[in-house]
Amino acid sequence: MGKTLYRKVWDAHTAGTLPDGRTQLFIATHYVHEVTSPQAFAMLRELNLPVLHPERTFATVDHIIPTDDQAEPFADPRAQTMLNALRSNCAAAGIRLFDLPTGNQGIVHSIGPELGITQPGMTIVCGDSHTATHGAVGSIAMGIGTTQVRDVLATQTLAMLPLKVRNVRVEGTLRPGVTAKDVALYIIGKLGADGGLGYAYEFGGSAIENMEMDGRLTLCNLAIEGAARCGYVNPDEKTFAYLKGRPYAPKGAAWDAAVERWKSFASDADAEYDDVVIFNAEDIEPTVTWGISPDMSIGINGCVPSADDAPDAETRKARLTALEYMKLQPGQPLKGMPINVVFIGSCTNGRISDFRAVAPLLKGRKVAAGVKALAVPGSQETARQCEAEGIADIFRAAGFEWRLAGCSMCLAMNPDKLQGDQICASTSNRNFKGRQGSPTGRTLLMSPLMAAAAAVTGTVADPREVFDIH
Amino acid sequence: MPLNKIITITGKAVPVPGADMDTDRIIPARFLKCVTFDELAGTMFYDERFNADGSSKGHPIDAPQHAGAAIILGGENFGCGSSREHAPQAIKRSGVRAVVAESFAEIFFGNSSGIGMPCVCATHADLQIAQQITTEQPETEWVLDLAAMTLSCPAATLPVTMPAEPREALMQGRWDAVVELMNAPEAVAALAATLPAPALS
Repeated sequence: MGKTLYRKVWDAHTAGTLPDGRTQLFIATHYVHEVTSPQAFAMLRELNLPVLHPERTFATVDHIIPTDDQAEPFADPRAQTMLNALRSNCAAAGIRLFDLPTGNQGIVHSIGPELGITQPGMTIVCGDSHTATHGAVGSIAMGIGTTQVRDVLATQTLAMLPLKVRNVRVEGTLRPGVTAKDVALYIIGKLGADGGLGYAYEFGGSAIENMEMDGRLTLCNLAIEGAARCGYVNPDEKTFAYLKGRPYAPKGAAWDAAVERWKSFASDADAEYDDVVIFNAEDIEPTVTWGISPDMSIGINGCVPSADDAPDAETRKARLTALEYMKLQPGQPLKGMPINVVFIGSCTNGRISDFRAVAPLLKGRKVAAGVKALAVPGSQETARQCEAEGIADIFRAAGFEWRLAGCSMCLAMNPDKLQGDQICASTSNRNFKGRQGSPTGRTLLMSPLMAAAAAVTGTVADPREVFDIH
Repeated sequence: MPLNKIITITGKAVPVPGADMDTDRIIPARFLKCVTFDELAGTMFYDERFNADGSSKGHPIDAPQHAGAAIILGGENFGCGSSREHAPQAIKRSGVRAVVAESFAEIFFGNSSGIGMPCVCATHADLQIAQQITTEQPETEWVLDLAAMTLSCPAATLPVTMPAEPREALMQGRWDAVVELMNAPEAVAALAATLPAPALS
């Protein structure tokens, strides 16, 4: 029997076994940001330990960064304190920080792949659950807690247990207007928000093989929303084409050697999986969430489910809680429901191809009256590309607020927040209660295409109808 | 740095029912604007417990009869969502010393184990029994015993589960992994020398 990529990467990075039986796993690449690292650096100081491999840790500032006015000091002194702590911690340890003036700042899961730091065959961790994103290039990428950030800084290793591997295959051709976001929401809806507990998800099948890298990044980003701590796609020619020429990608002869090495990590044709599920690409519609967990989703032409037809008591209770919080009636369609805010951005859908996909749709159209629409590029690099290609101007002309790079209204640790019980058509990753900054705010997760349709109609809408996508 | 061996946890319990209790509900992101964990006590489940004007929503955590509870009784996929260690830190710093639930999100489980707060699983039916006992008789003293793998009180003894390795780490006082991870510098150095690090080229 052959091996999965997960097992190959795990084995290649195993330093040993701890007395309690856990694996001591070497970490090839570590990312840190301002929210989950200051306590880790403080713990190191308390233990009087240095950072063992500062060259393997990369830092950026993303969660707390204002996206309108970045003049310092920030209006929020606590945000400034966090950035200052990151600066002094990185400077003291010799860690490269992609700070605001570098031109390479952005959401950690945007800049890692963009700069080519994220490479196939690596173990990659960050104190952030959406680290799963980086698996799109064919790595094991996992979110960790702050105490584990300390462990990586001090030892470049973690105490871990291996996950099982589920092969999640999507076969066939996605229909027009269906994006990687819809695929992810569909899979999570089918397998459940807890369906991936104990698993890594290997995404495969012809629809994934045909998916461009940015789409794969979106898909893997959302693995964690289905409880899979990491998701990955086997590295292939699309992966190598994506990485080639990026600043941290190997060059010249080293490139050729790296590609050969990367290929060797791909799952063997006869790899053994702990589970296999297969979906038909044609079954997937533009998908939108209606509830407070990412698995509470429907196709755009579907209706909000009733608690009464829930398969079990727990689901019934969860639906009742969600219906009450979202102020929805069972059986009502979402299509046509007015929205207040549109947010296009985040580590899920703030990449260049997301803005490239939306810009031509917005050209000549206007954001509906009364709707606040935010476009937030995932990185300074993406922002520059959008300016150079005229994309930013199209968004501005349509009535979007074109912002600076950061996490923004995905989790609202900066000033970008919902007010009261506003409804947000959001390309982000979590529809949890209060997620977007108001304890009563309501989030509808959707693709950038559907968010654009919501922006111009002021309602939840089918992008295929609004933009004549066939 | 000797650590305490965590074998039994004794105290009152408090129900925090519901599936997919996410980390944003355990601690809303606005409480993450800090550079230490020192001020997180009392923030756990904040928006579940309090209205915008600060008035109580009547959550069991704030019921006087559950004051000082050492054990949370949760549902499925407890701690899903963000990797924020602020979530278990807020729970632990609020006086809770263990969580019993149907299942746990991986990152939350790891974060809790790493700070010496056991997360153990029980069946849906057994959790319902425990929640009923604790709701009807809040003063009930429970014993979570990692050696016997039971959650018990005078009225009931319920089996719980936990993977062997983190359980061993807690019971042997080896739960703070950094101590263990420092013991094999040669093996780590060998991997560091052979596995490529990303570099500007």
